[in-house]
Order: sequence, then structure tokens, then C-alpha cells
Amino acid sequence: MKHKGRYGDYGGYYVPEVLIGVLEELEEAFDRFRDDPAFVAELAELSTHYAGRPTPLYHAKRFSQHVGFRVYLKREDLLHGGAHKVNNTLGQGLLAKYMGKTKLIAETGAGQHGLATAMIGALLGMETKIFMGVTDVERQSVNVHKMKLCGAEVVPVEGATGTLKDAINDALRYWTAHVTDTFYLFGTAAGPHPYPTIVRHFQTCIGIEARRQCIEQAGRLPDLVLACIGGGSNAIGIFAGFLDDKDVKLIGVEAGGRGLRTGQHAASLVAGTPGILHGARAYLLQDENGQVLDTESVSAGLDYPAVGPEHCYLKDTGRAEYVAAEDEEVLETFGLLARIEGILPALESTHALAYVAGLKGKLDPDTVVLVNLSGRGDKDVGIVEQHRPLT
Amino acid sequence: MRSYRDVFSELNQPKRAALIPFFVLGDPDFDTSLSLVKAAIDPGADILELGIPFSDPIADGPTIQKADIRAARSGMNVHKALDLIKAIKAYRDIPIGLLMYYNLIAHYGTQRFFRDFHAAGVNSVLVADLSIDDAEEVEGPAKAAGLDTVFMVTPNTAPERMKRIAARTTGFIYTVSVLGVTGSRDSLSNSVESLVMQLKTLTDAPICVGFGISKPEHAVAVAKAGADGVIIGSRIVDMIEANLGNPEKMAAEVSAFIGEVKAALSTSA
Ligand SMILES: Cc1ncc(COP(=O)(O)O)c(C=O)c1O
Repeated sequence: MKHKGRYGDYGGYYVPEVLIGVLEELEEAFDRFRDDPAFVAELAELSTHYAGRPTPLYHAKRFSQHVGFRVYLKREDLLHGGAHKVNNTLGQGLLAKYMGKTKLIAETGAGQHGLATAMIGALLGMETKIFMGVTDVERQSVNVHKMKLCGAEVVPVEGATGTLKDAINDALRYWTAHVTDTFYLFGTAAGPHPYPTIVRHFQTCIGIEARRQCIEQAGRLPDLVLACIGGGSNAIGIFAGFLDDKDVKLIGVEAGGRGLRTGQHAASLVAGTPGILHGARAYLLQDENGQVLDTESVSAGLDYPAVGPEHCYLKDTGRAEYVAAEDEEVLETFGLLARIEGILPALESTHALAYVAGLKGKLDPDTVVLVNLSGRGDKDVGIVEQHRPLT
Repeated sequence: MRSYRDVFSELNQPKRAALIPFFVLGDPDFDTSLSLVKAAIDPGADILELGIPFSDPIADGPTIQKADIRAARSGMNVHKALDLIKAIKAYRDIPIGLLMYYNLIAHYGTQRFFRDFHAAGVNSVLVADLSIDDAEEVEGPAKAAGLDTVFMVTPNTAPERMKRIAARTTGFIYTVSVLGVTGSRDSLSNSVESLVMQLKTLTDAPICVGFGISKPEHAVAVAKAGADGVIIGSRIVDMIEANLGNPEKMAAEVSAFIGEVKAALSTSA
């Protein structure tokens, strides 16, 4: 491998020997094609006409009025597929094509990354297999159906809880046996090097656009930038645009589940300790013996016990701050945004909005707050209905 | 304490391959696990390869995943693994290689882990999810503790890399016979013999072959290709799974199987 893929002490590529060769091949291909004019042009063309970039920045006036400061939403929910995930799947899918690979595999939690991979598999004519925990297959059945419509095979994974962690385990195992022709299209800015770097690269468009749009619309840089954190891809995508703007405060919002005290959550940065899972050193939810803990969250896409290495580094250096929002506040905020803005946010993204809602009345009215609305909540309507039945 | 070198040199006149069964410590529970290991030692296991259950064993197929779950549910953890290893060593001074996932070691403290397990009677610790590229994270502590180093070579390891791996090996090279995870297989991968022969031209380090070795014929074929040891894991763990609730039958099957492989390796020598 040419690079170590470290962010401070975090990251790296702690994988079995059998995977070293393919990761090396991936690193080399990424270095070679990321700035290749043909690759860049093809990605730009598809980002615009297939996926729908640039996405709007929307000044949510009624939500702003509600909280008492200026809130702008980066509308990744308007992208094709309904989430930021397509930015990454287009990028990696093209990389797979340029590498001459013919098969794609991916893990998925909420099904958004699985769907975004299935779309690109269809677009590029590649055979696609999606690994998904059995619990998630059940709670995100609409996305399962969509993936199948796009021609992907969905492989249900049992594992400990049948969630994202188990899906990644099985995708890695499958990859081990199919390294020669299969491209593993990893869904978040975590996992072994070079994935955190690759996913960050393809998601940076969010931050670059948002920075420009915020200056245009609000007349200046934001004071706060917020995003939810599953593995950390939508967050690093938007943070990347502001890392050098020292006065812009960056806040990542993790899944507080049923409350940090209950232990039933997925807040690895807030409540975890450094460990090694899925090829990287990162903050990890683990027990006193180093066994990885089960996680709990109303949103499947945040139900993951580890997190991307760059966020660990940003936490330790103090450049970004990480907090958690609990299921109850998230469900509350989902309803609020629907009622006063007519927007159904993905439960994942709603974590960031819930934290902002919690700041109601606490910030100066001139404060400019930018929230990454990473996805739309159509997929979550059933879950919300279960928890908050309409009368 | 008996070393790998003792075993390999004793098996040299005439040359036979070492028989190395793998168990997940505590599968299905502490006491049964101990009696199963004894049932493998008695008919002629030369070295033991032992794992401590981990929640996310990405290099393992369904058989060993289930063993990890059984063992963890029975309460096995790093501390109890030390006790179980001590009990095994009290029964017989047999060399032991641990096969680990890195987080369990890092969480316990790498130096402390190597020191405590060496004291319990372990000869080497192979970390499934740590490659030669990060060897410096474990080499120092291993040497300081008096442990041998063992690293993996897989069918897709480049020759230049094989040499680097061999150069850092003081125990044996764990040669993975297939592209894939652990699990019983009906037939031996057709590339394994050439892989062993290739390694033999590159290094004098002992070559032990594992992953998918499921039958006496597989062991014999690998030995004929020049392997110094054969590691049999999932096939043995299958016997545990098939006889849950009947520890005597488990032990009898393991013992008979080890005896059969041992005999096949001896007559083919
Ligand atoms: C809409 C949406 N936002 C966020 C996430 C969390 O992932 P990440 O932290 O990589 O952005 C997901 C994951 O499924 C998602 O679907």
C-alpha cells in the first residue's frame, strides 16, 4: 500500500492478508483516476443529469421562526435515490468500471446505500449483490423492493442483531472469496483504507456547494454546520467544505437511541472508546472484554457501533464536536418538519435537525445554522407511524 | 516449554507433517472444550491452534462464527481463556498458537496480552486482521514476551511479499489454502500444492496449511506437496455442532477423526 490511510492514530487497514491485494489495487486505481479528465468529466455529467447536482440550499423560514435563528437545509434529500449516497456510488461505480470490474457488492443499513448501489449497478450494467441485516430488511422493506426492481440481489444477513455491522461482516467475507472480479462499493467514510479517503472525496461536493450557496444566500459563512453520523459520510462531505474556516463550528449528531444511560444507542464518538473493527482503528462501542456491542436506533442508517476515522481525529483535535439525539426527540422533530415545512426528512438526517430543534431560543437570532438534510424520509413513514400513529 | 522447533525437528526423521487441530476456546463450554482438546491430544495432535471468541470474526465462515457465539454465550472471554490454556498445558506440554482478532488484544493491552498468554503456555499469536504491513505493532511485544511470530500467506500474496512475510516469521507461515473464509470443503483447492511448493523455494520457515482441510486425503495431499503442518478447524468444529448436548459423542468423534488423519499422515510419510 502506498499510504497508511491514517487520520492521527485512527484508520489504517487492519484486514486479513487475503484482502491486502484488492485494497492495494483500489488505492492505485483511485490515485490514478480521481483527477483523470475522462473520469472527472463522466462523473460530472452523471452527477448533474442523472443524480441531480447541485442540490439546493433552502432557507427553512418556518423552522427558523420556530427555533429563533436562521436555519438553512442542504437538500441532499432531493437527489436521485433520495439521499447523499448516490454521490459516492456514482464515484465508486465509475471507478469499478474504469478498473474493469464487472460485479458490485455493497452493505446497507437503511437501504439507501443499497438502493444507490443497485441504481448504479443498473446504470453501468453490472451484476449487483447487496448484503443487508435481517432486521433492516424488515424495517426498510420499501428499499428492499426498490433494490430488487433495479435488478440487484438482496442477501439477508443474520449475525448478532441483523443490522449494518453484520451486513458489513458478510460483505467482507464474500469479498474475500471473490476478490478477482468483484468491486466492494463501501457505503460510508469508514472501513479500511482507502475507503475513508475515497468516500470523503466523492462526498465533498456537498460541502463545496453548501459553502458557496450559504455565502450567496445568507451573505456570509454559517456559524454552525450540522450533520448526522452513521459511519460519517454525509457529515465529512459537508464538513470538508468548512474545515479551513476556523470560525465555523462543526457538529456531528449520533444516534442516542433510547438514551445514552440505557446503553441502547449507537453513539460511538460520544460514548465509545478506540478499538479496531472492519479494518480501521476508530471510536467503538465495546464491552469490558473488547467485544463489539449491539447498537440500537430508530434509524437503521445510524445503527452502527463504529465510525469513520477522520471524525475520531476531528473529535480528538477539537475541530468538530459530537453529540447525540435520542429516538424520542427525533420522532418529534420528524413530525415538526413535516408539519411546518412540508418536508419528510430521513430519520437519519432528523437526528441533526433534532439537535438544532433542541437549541431553540438558545442562539442569537442572527446565527446562521446549516444542516445537511442527507436524505428523504419516505422510507421511514411506516416506522414513524408505528411509533406515532396518526389519529 | 515445548517449542515449534522441537515438534518440527522430531517429525523430520522420516519427515511427517504436524497435525494441528483448531478449536474455539470454550466451545461449547469451558469443561467440554477442555475434554475435546484432550481428545485431540491423545490420538496425536502435535500443535494446537486456538481461538478466543470475537463478536465480528470476518475471516471466518458460518461454522466458526457459530462456535464463537456458543463459546461467548458460555462465558468465555480473554481471562477465562488464560485459565483454559493453563489447564490444557497442565495436561500436556503441547505448543499452542493463538488465532486472534486484533481488537481483543488491543483492548486487553498488546504487551500485557502477549506477556500473560506466554506465561500461560502459548507459543505464538497470529492476528487474523493484522497484516505484515503493521507487523511492528505486534513484533516488539511478541519478542519481549518470548513469543514466536506467525503471519498468514494467501494464494493472492505476491512473491515479493511472501519473502517479506517469511523474513519476519520465527514460528511458522500460516498458509491459507483458498481465497475465502474458514469452512469445511469437499475438495482441496487445486492451487494449494503449487502454493506450498512456491513457498518452499522462498523460505526455510515451516509451512502449515489451513482453511478448508477437511479430510485425511486433503492432509496427505498437502503434506506430499511439502507442507510441514496441516491445520484442521471447521471440520472439527462441525463435530461439536452436530453433537451438541452429547459431549461424549463429540469427544469420541474428534478423537477418532484425529486418529484417522494422524494415521494417514504417518503412512504416507
Ligand atoms: C439519509 C441518510 N443519512 C445518513 C446516513 C448515515 O450514513 P453516513 O454517516 O455515512 O452519512 C444514512 C445511511 O444509511 C442515510 O440513509
